[in-house]
Amino acid sequence: MHHFYDFVAGSWQEIVKTFKILSRNKMGLFGFTMTILIIFISFGGPLIWPPETSANVAEINKGSTAKHWLGTDFQGQDNLRKVINGGRDIVVIALLTGVLSMLIAVAIGSFSAFIGGRVDSFLMEFVNIWLTIPKFPLLAVLATVLALKDVVMLSVLMAILDWPALARQVRSQVLSLKSREYIEAATMLDLGTPRIIFRELLPNMMSFIAISTIFEMTHAIYQQTGLVFLGIVPYSSSNWGVMISAAERRGVLFNPQAAWGILAPMAAIVLFQLALVSFARSLDEVFNPRLRTSV
Amino acid sequence: MPETVLSVRDLSIAYQARRGQVQAVRNISFDVERGEAVALIGESGSGKTTVGLGLMHLLPATAKVLGGNATYRRHSNGSAASEIEVLGLKGDSLRQFRWHECAMVFQSALNALNPVLRISEHFIDTANAHGYLSGYQQTAVLQERSMQLLSMVRLDPKRIWRSFPHELSGGMRQRVLIALALLLEPQLLILDEPTTALDILTQRSIMDVLKELRQKLGFAMLFISHDLALAAELADRVATVYAGEIIEIGDVRTIFREPYHPYTIGLIKAVPTLTSDKSALISVPGSPPDLIQLPTGCKFHPRCPLADERCRREETKLTEVVSGHKVACWRWPEAREVLKVYRA
Amino acid sequence: MSEPLLALEHVNRTFMVKGQTIKAVDDINLTIQAGEVLCLVGESGCGKTTTGKMIAGLLPTSSGRILYRGKDIASITDKDRKAYRLGVQMVHQDPYASLNPIQTIYQTLAAPLQHHRFTRGETETKQRVRELLEIVDLTPPDDFLEKYPHQLSGGQRQRVSVARALTVKPAFIVADEAVSMVDVSIRISLLKMFARLKDEMGVGVLLITHDLALAKYFAWDGRIGVMYLGRLVEVGQARDVVDHPQHPYTQVLLSAIPEADPDATRAKKRIELRSTDMPSLLQLPTGCTFHPRCPAYMGEVCEKIVPPLKKADWNSDVACHLVPAYES
Repeated sequence: MHHFYDFVAGSWQEIVKTFKILSRNKMGLFGFTMTILIIFISFGGPLIWPPETSANVAEINKGSTAKHWLGTDFQGQDNLRKVINGGRDIVVIALLTGVLSMLIAVAIGSFSAFIGGRVDSFLMEFVNIWLTIPKFPLLAVLATVLALKDVVMLSVLMAILDWPALARQVRSQVLSLKSREYIEAATMLDLGTPRIIFRELLPNMMSFIAISTIFEMTHAIYQQTGLVFLGIVPYSSSNWGVMISAAERRGVLFNPQAAWGILAPMAAIVLFQLALVSFARSLDEVFNPRLRTSV
Repeated sequence: MPETVLSVRDLSIAYQARRGQVQAVRNISFDVERGEAVALIGESGSGKTTVGLGLMHLLPATAKVLGGNATYRRHSNGSAASEIEVLGLKGDSLRQFRWHECAMVFQSALNALNPVLRISEHFIDTANAHGYLSGYQQTAVLQERSMQLLSMVRLDPKRIWRSFPHELSGGMRQRVLIALALLLEPQLLILDEPTTALDILTQRSIMDVLKELRQKLGFAMLFISHDLALAAELADRVATVYAGEIIEIGDVRTIFREPYHPYTIGLIKAVPTLTSDKSALISVPGSPPDLIQLPTGCKFHPRCPLADERCRREETKLTEVVSGHKVACWRWPEAREVLKVYRA
Repeated sequence: MSEPLLALEHVNRTFMVKGQTIKAVDDINLTIQAGEVLCLVGESGCGKTTTGKMIAGLLPTSSGRILYRGKDIASITDKDRKAYRLGVQMVHQDPYASLNPIQTIYQTLAAPLQHHRFTRGETETKQRVRELLEIVDLTPPDDFLEKYPHQLSGGQRQRVSVARALTVKPAFIVADEAVSMVDVSIRISLLKMFARLKDEMGVGVLLITHDLALAKYFAWDGRIGVMYLGRLVEVGQARDVVDHPQHPYTQVLLSAIPEADPDATRAKKRIELRSTDMPSLLQLPTGCTFHPRCPAYMGEVCEKIVPPLKKADWNSDVACHLVPAYES
């Protein structure tokens, strides 16, 4: 098991090196700073600008003004404030689903690829069957049945539904790397399966893993937004998805001034996605020493 | 006046890479006479393949011809030779030049043939693309000629004609490529590593086929390869390429028996033959230079035991030292001394 | 006669490809002494790489035994299996794929040293890594420790692969076309390095190659085995096999090789094959598999009976009905 710890420790060294490299790639820097900023604001913002507690009838559905940069919503509350307060759920879902599903996918995918044989065939049959199930409707049904109130529960559910597809991709990657000569050499040197997976195989896949995780995160955000929009997930708190849903219900589509009620949260989601994707694109240079112009 | 088919003068080609400009070909000059076989021999990173690609206008987008010219002379019996400036060709005239006058046979026979087309379609497509009129009469003539070529390369025409590329072995595909290249009776054939990655016996049949074809059809050949044995077998003249330039050129026998450039000397003694003595074989120390940051003076000087001040400062020029034999080395009279160092 | 390091007894290997059986290796019998240098030569598809992989333990045999230090590797104790695993190492053909691209040279070499506890602590490991780099002529070693594979040339990468194989103190190295993808001008220096391994460290080497001239040089004082369609057709001292080939296939091969000497190569008499048809591993000819193309074809006996490998002239073993057995 110490190989796993070595992997984590080695990863920390890499993280430091990573910052240095990231700062050279403008796209990645933008993505990374933006992501950190959004996370910060989503968690720290509400402490500084807590949500308004009462409606403000005089200000209903006003457009962008000096006082309310992003206009007001159907209750007269400031949209910008709502956006600041609405990010936390989204961020938690994104991170939790992304990381959890990837962890399961990597564990099962690489194990399956490495062991091969009947275990591999069985697992892949299971994955294939799983993939034929339409994910979103199933998610919708389960969400209703399980009466989810908790963001964490929703994340776990989505992770459980999404890991098979990722596992299959991980498995393909591992299979293609497995036949590389240096993996064969590691086998000949009798370095042991855990070591080979954690020290030789996975580090060569980090770029793929990181990028897949990020795309899984964007996928989770859309799923959650979709569920909220359909009213399946009850909104106990106000997050961006809820804002969109609520604004739509209040007929915002027929009132141009009230458009901010829907545009603001949408912009927030899009910005978050953009930040994640930009960050992902620059990760390739981080993980692949050959692409670096200087070490 | 010898009948020159191709005259290359001061050709320079560079690639744009992330780190800088890769000077792949630097002021290369050579001639190919009518019916002659010239071999450009060099190792990885010598720039030899780029020369071939440059002549056929097949350079990738990142490459640029920096200077020089390549003049092609079409000789037809009776009438005077007409000249074509190869590097300036475009559009129709380029299409006319390619395949009609000069054809290229590539290294990777697998990738050069379209996997979804039958061999017959390859021949018909090629002919059409280069200006053969399509009509029933022409197609029949074309087919007859194609099948004739296929048997000239020792393939069974009936069997091959309707086949797909993946149904043929590597050696057979290479022979199809050669037949295809000769379809429009070019005067010059450029071959890039024609026998690399092929088995010994297949290599042998390809080489024999090329010899026979040359005798029958009389075209000139320009080989680009790292394989000294190929040059020894087929070439009339050999040029060694190092760091983008020709450092020695001469008759095949003099190059092998009396080379004057330390690199050529080292290269020849580095290849074992079935009869060579063990103690005679050597390795050339060091590695080829970075084509982005070339050393000053003679590009071989960092690896050369004879390098002196002049070698480090002054760039060498290809000069004739013995009739028909040119060398780019300041210390060519003592060049054989390097063997003592290499053998140590 | 001391116990051989490796012994192959009636080793076969078949592959299933799309429901069809391919016999890649057919009844190989070979003994290899400790510290021996030998070459396996043949064209593509002859089974030399498969044989090399079986010797190295990367592929199991379909039938037959491989003995390491007298013990059958298919049924040995764990301790002996580990000794075998480490005792026979492999160096691959492609210098670009044989090193982990995201590890420095130091990391690549330190891993097996530390895993098997050959060295303890960073100082001791670094010292040993430096020693290994010097053995493979990568000097000064400190220049290479922190480099990544893509910063080295093909030849240098191969040397690192050899150093990696040496970390576990092997008794034998299988080099599968280890110099084929390396520049011609430095091949000899790589082969000299392998020879030094034998002289200074007693490590035996099996070089698998299609280049007979190279094989003769490398196995100068050792043996060459010629393979055709999965079978060993001639085995003997390298210089004898090349200078006095007895099996028709060996003779044809040698006559077909072009050489880096214009007069020699153009004057060579080619031996013509009976047929230019390429044999397929899916439909092996009966009897002696070379018979459809063999210029010395003798008739029915070649078609019906598989010639056994028997001692002939020059102390070589030859599998051909034409070649008389050596009567001592």
